[in-house]
Amino acid sequence: MIELDRAGRSFKVKRNVVHAVRDLSLTVTAGEFVGCLGPNGAGKSTTIKMLCGILTPTSGTVRVAGLDPSRRRTALARRLGVVFGQRTTLWWDLPLVDSFALIRHLYQVDRVTFRARLAELTETLDLGAFLRTPVRQLSLGQRMRGDLAAALLHAPDVLVLDEPTIGLDVVSKAGIRDFLRRVNAERGTTVLLTTHDLGDIERLCRRVVLIGHGRLAFDGSLEELMATAPGQSSIEEVVTRLYTAGTQ
Amino acid sequence: MVRTYFLLAWTWTRAAAAYPASFALMVLLGFVAAALDVAVVLIIFANTTALAGFSREEVLFLYGAAGLSFTLCDTFVSNIDRVSQHIKAGTLDTFLIRPAGAWVQLTTDRFNPTRAGRVLQAAVVLGYAIAALGIGWERGWMIPVMVATGVVIFAALWTLAGAVQFVLTDAPEVTSAFTYGSNQLTQYPLAVYARDLVKGVTYVLPLAFVNWQPGLYVLDRDDPFGTPGAMRFLGPAAALVLALLAALAWRQGIRHYRSTGS
Repeated sequence: MIELDRAGRSFKVKRNVVHAVRDLSLTVTAGEFVGCLGPNGAGKSTTIKMLCGILTPTSGTVRVAGLDPSRRRTALARRLGVVFGQRTTLWWDLPLVDSFALIRHLYQVDRVTFRARLAELTETLDLGAFLRTPVRQLSLGQRMRGDLAAALLHAPDVLVLDEPTIGLDVVSKAGIRDFLRRVNAERGTTVLLTTHDLGDIERLCRRVVLIGHGRLAFDGSLEELMATAPGQSSIEEVVTRLYTAGTQ
Repeated sequence: MVRTYFLLAWTWTRAAAAYPASFALMVLLGFVAAALDVAVVLIIFANTTALAGFSREEVLFLYGAAGLSFTLCDTFVSNIDRVSQHIKAGTLDTFLIRPAGAWVQLTTDRFNPTRAGRVLQAAVVLGYAIAALGIGWERGWMIPVMVATGVVIFAALWTLAGAVQFVLTDAPEVTSAFTYGSNQLTQYPLAVYARDLVKGVTYVLPLAFVNWQPGLYVLDRDDPFGTPGAMRFLGPAAALVLALLAALAWRQGIRHYRSTGS
């Protein structure tokens, strides 16, 4: 469902070339739930943006749902749900329902299907109380639930989330995690998320990918990740070792 | 694309209409502000009977035709100016994840229907000039063609200006000089300008085709600069070439978008 083959993205900064991502190869099959870890600046967001078609890779190839994201961006958008934890994709000044109505038209979801999905999402994400509130007045937790609903209204095959739990309280986090697990299990939606919250990884991801310095540093199950550092009991310690090992 | 455009524009119109008094006031203010431009033309003609050989009504005709094209673009396309803010803030990301072209989404971004006041003002001036000059259908058929040509030329200029923002993120003002400056330039008969400038806006940046060349045909006048009569009809072709260039530049701009950290 997601294929990166020696994908790279570099940026020219003044006269230097910075390789945000280099030679990254990764395959995610349909129905998987993959968590992506890595220190700040490792290239996680750049990778996500290449998958959405926001950034054009400077080397290698990227395919999502069989399409080249940067060339077939709008065609891919219909099959892809995207959530940015740091930034809403909703229309800031419009009430949540108006954003949803726009999304219905943009993604050409028929009215009956839309109503059924919205009702379901309103219930599972508990949106009822603030559907008519402009997005700018929502709390972070409410906004994130709104963003999740918006990303799923067109029932995408792939859901990509960049730090979906950032800044949320424990209860909100638990709610979002529970919801994502259900989306993956019940609809078979392929999920790829990046996070700094190891709780997300422990509770959700059967497969963990670690990116460091723009390269793939680890790819395997949570058990395999723990096994890379025998004697370490907590995931925090294991990840800390991997992060610091990468910088030396 | 047309459907998406009107859908997005309508959503913002509804949001603006939620405050009807403010909406009406903004339309009125736009009308009055634009009318001040006409006042300048009238003041000039209070002191003279002809400007570079053109009568007051002829100048108002050229002014109205360019003004109508420009204000239509100002209403429907100029929001693309905001692309530089979206590039700097990285908020362009959110436009790129939707199954619609970035151009359509940006031109409708916070679509402002109150600019209709200026469109109305330009249409009134053009209507008055056509009536006062007694222009008939035998040459008047060119008027809708020239307004449409002008819309395409200004829209292409705005799109080019937007595409340039992907490279020169810090220069929205430089490109405004081209868009708003072009409007200022076309408000008067090109005969008032220096020959080299007129050559430039004929053969390089085809502003002469917004209202000057086709306008000469409508007014049944020879070009004071002596261009051949066939030039009067080249507007649509010039507009098309510029539009294609703008579309290519825009595509390249999007592909070179760098986003921001995180």
